Amino acid sequence: MASGVLSTAVADHLALRARWRRLEIAFWVAAAASIFLLPGKHLILSEIAILALFALSLDLILGYAGIISLGHAAFFGFGAYAAGLLAKHGLIAEPLLALLAAGAAAALLGFATSFLVLRGSDLTRLMVTLGIALVLRELANKLGGLTGGADGLQGITMAPLLGRFSFDLAGRVAYVYSLGVLFVFFLVARRIVHSPFGLSLQAVKGNALRAAAIGIPVNVRLVAIYAIAAGYAGVAGALLTQTTAFCSLEVLSFERSADLLLVLIIGGTGYLYGGLLGAVGFKLMQDWIAAMTPQYWQFWIGLILVVIVLVGRDRFAAWARGVMALFPQRKP
Amino acid sequence: MRSSHLRLATLAAGIVFSCASLAQIKIGLILPMTGPVASTGKQIDAAVKLYMSQHGSSVAGKTIEVILKDDGGVPDNTKRLAQELIVNDKVAFIAGFGITPAALAAAPLATQAKVPMIVMAAGTSIITERSPYIVRTSFTLAQSAVVMADWAAKNGIRKVATLVVDFAPGADSQSSFKEAFTKAGGQVIAELKVPVANPDFAPFLQRARDAAPDAIYVFVLSGQGATFAKQFAERGLDKSGIKLIGPGDFSDDDLLAGMGDAVLGAVTAHQYSAAHPSAANKAYVAAFKQMHNGLRPNFMSVGGYDGMHLIYEALKKTKGETDGDALVLAMRGMQWESPRGPISIDPATRDIVQNIYVRRIEKVGGELYNVEFATFEAVKDPVKEAAKNK
Amino acid sequence: MLTILFDGVAYGMLLFVLACGLSVTLGLMNLINLAHGAFAMAGGYCAVVLVNRIGVPFYAALPLAFVLPALLGAVMERTLYRHLYARSHLDQVMFTIGLAFMAVAGVDYVMGSAQVFVNLPPALEGRFEVGGVGIGRYRLMIIVVCGALALALQSVLVLTRFGSRLRAAVDDPRTARGLGINVNLVFALTFAVGSGLAGLGGALGAEILGLDPHFPLKFMIYFLIVVAVGGTSSITGPFLASLVLGIGDVAGKYYVPEFGGFVIYTIMIVVLTWRPQGLFTRVAGR
Repeated sequence: MASGVLSTAVADHLALRARWRRLEIAFWVAAAASIFLLPGKHLILSEIAILALFALSLDLILGYAGIISLGHAAFFGFGAYAAGLLAKHGLIAEPLLALLAAGAAAALLGFATSFLVLRGSDLTRLMVTLGIALVLRELANKLGGLTGGADGLQGITMAPLLGRFSFDLAGRVAYVYSLGVLFVFFLVARRIVHSPFGLSLQAVKGNALRAAAIGIPVNVRLVAIYAIAAGYAGVAGALLTQTTAFCSLEVLSFERSADLLLVLIIGGTGYLYGGLLGAVGFKLMQDWIAAMTPQYWQFWIGLILVVIVLVGRDRFAAWARGVMALFPQRKP
Repeated sequence: MRSSHLRLATLAAGIVFSCASLAQIKIGLILPMTGPVASTGKQIDAAVKLYMSQHGSSVAGKTIEVILKDDGGVPDNTKRLAQELIVNDKVAFIAGFGITPAALAAAPLATQAKVPMIVMAAGTSIITERSPYIVRTSFTLAQSAVVMADWAAKNGIRKVATLVVDFAPGADSQSSFKEAFTKAGGQVIAELKVPVANPDFAPFLQRARDAAPDAIYVFVLSGQGATFAKQFAERGLDKSGIKLIGPGDFSDDDLLAGMGDAVLGAVTAHQYSAAHPSAANKAYVAAFKQMHNGLRPNFMSVGGYDGMHLIYEALKKTKGETDGDALVLAMRGMQWESPRGPISIDPATRDIVQNIYVRRIEKVGGELYNVEFATFEAVKDPVKEAAKNK
Repeated sequence: MLTILFDGVAYGMLLFVLACGLSVTLGLMNLINLAHGAFAMAGGYCAVVLVNRIGVPFYAALPLAFVLPALLGAVMERTLYRHLYARSHLDQVMFTIGLAFMAVAGVDYVMGSAQVFVNLPPALEGRFEVGGVGIGRYRLMIIVVCGALALALQSVLVLTRFGSRLRAAVDDPRTARGLGINVNLVFALTFAVGSGLAGLGGALGAEILGLDPHFPLKFMIYFLIVVAVGGTSSITGPFLASLVLGIGDVAGKYYVPEFGGFVIYTIMIVVLTWRPQGLFTRVAGR
């Protein structure tokens, strides 16, 4: 009897959290509107969408499972090269199918390497994830015959999306595609996070020992979310290759992983929109600063990082909650 | 009454303004201003500014505007920046391209948009084949490699160990050298590849030394040349009788002054030396140093300087017409006197044809310079030449 | 072969001096400081300016390359870093990466992006042969200086009162405070010394590793590898780890050059998988 009451209480709680807030709907409406209202900006918007998906994938393991990774670009790059090779050799011509295949490949890689990440302290995990990304980058460089090495993968021509829409020079099809993929995968992530599985992950993040003590299979959950996150990152990488018809060693670089952490710092972790908002903020900021000082923009990015951390992410979150409070949630 | 005057004035201003922008030609200059090859970007940017200060910013009745963008040496950025410049800024030319991957990334865009693409830095042979709109004013790695091989074979060097950075340009340079050298009767006894992000040359230099060659052929990233030279001396290789040869990338004028005496006597083959004894070059070096705080121009800078010359002359030929096909046609076969010597654009391949000089590092006026002592004239890209003759 | 061993030992010693400050800071203050390379860079540029521009003799410039970054470290610890001790590792990582970015861009602006070198005294150039083994003079000097430093550090840690206070604070800061040990002073001094050592390492390494504004980002990975493999609860751990990694890297590039770049990363992944706490850490009760 008691467990029945408890499970409905949990279900109600989850259902309440999973309800769409007005701000969320506004965000996606604005994103869709940008297709028509900002025709000259589709190139950078497409990049933002891809970065948002990539950041979302890191948020899944960082914000919800507490794994700090400095090498998440490994999965991004793996998906990117997979999609590039599939297109170049005509193995899967239709972009959407190739995208899913590349994502699955990246998820497999994530699964295979997840065991290395389970053990050890934060620093150990940092180093191991970084090491994996670096080894992968070296491999990509060495296997020049397959990957094109430092020149990048040449000769990628993309077949029309769904057989009908070819990628145009202005980037409109690319943006609609990226935004669509982002939205769909976001919905799936939202479902995962607001499920009992997602709840258990947060318990693990809070205190793994205690979570294990109440019967949550910690390692299994961690491996699962790590593989899922790797798959998401692979999809983002594949999107990049497909929308730009190009793939180089940069997709596996340390800078990509580091920039990603920066995106999540700006946007905040643990509420899914952190990656999305952070991607918008980061790209716009980077573009703006780079236009002002083409050589020294790194300085200002560094300064912003320092300031954000000193001021405290909690304070940003508190401000954000204060803003959200202005739009009261409807009570059930 | 006043408001209608205002409206009229605004309308007039609008017409004048739009006329002015109609008479404007934009050049998208994409360079690595940050990142590992930032020195390339800086040199080319400096040379472009110098050219425009000397030749004015209008050609054939139109004003020229250069839009500089930093791709950080990342080809993904290059591609996006090129796309934005073409679609949003409507540039008539895209130029720059500090490394081969950047040029390869932008090539399809040039073809799709029919925009001339002036390669001012990247050096791999295949680049010009990637788009019919690519014209190169920099160099090809093979030009220097083959000349170096010829000179070495004719000057008593029989056995060579090659030491190159492990990425495409390094492999290119090494294979061109090996092919030419073995054809001339020499022997490459060791082929060493150094990782790009390499902190320590010691094991590779040791290996090279252990092979006991007559000379070591070196290709390293221009930023690494100085470290390499130091470790070369530290290993006693300068005193061992083993000669140091290679393309002029490692004796880059930008860094040569700081390399120390260990590299004295090294022989390199390249298309440009700041010590080239022509009136045009002396004027160039002086003007460059004066405009840019005593910075010595290097081989990358002449790629930028000559690239601007190419653009200006092509526009003069087409009388300001910005049609891509017409411009490329105007560029083919163009010849002129560059600070580096006489150069021309091969009408068949759109690649640069230039003299390659063999130089020795010597002290001139207390500073190290590459002093030319032999000239191979009008060298075309050997890789494409060989393919033609097959 | 012995020459390669010699080279590897020199490289390893250099890595040790560069990285041990990071290791002690992590063990002591639980602080991941990714800006550690910036202090090394500071020491390197100090040496360059002192020797090349002001004309200070090389041997006199080395202690200054220790002292100046140490002072910088002390100041930064008291003003900025101490806010981070209680924060999460993610915050520390991001903060210190931000500092590193600022350092890189700042030095680029002030000193230019070209690689710089220290003008060495002629006695240190070139090499001599001992029984068929080529001994580079500069590398020999590095081995001597770094070896002496390692011995000095170990004796301070083991034989002095400060050393025992430091070890106590590393094992359990709360109890150490309870016993009246001025933990804040220990933190500040340790951070300063660690930064100073990094600076000295940077000055010594300029000749071999190449010094330019991107130094902190290029070499951060190597320092982190040393710390991760060597553990954080002693000096001997990082010392032995640096030697293993230095020799492994150099020998790997000589004997199996096709995989030269992989060796160091592979060693790290293997070690961390087998012993996640590092090779030489006692699993402390924290």
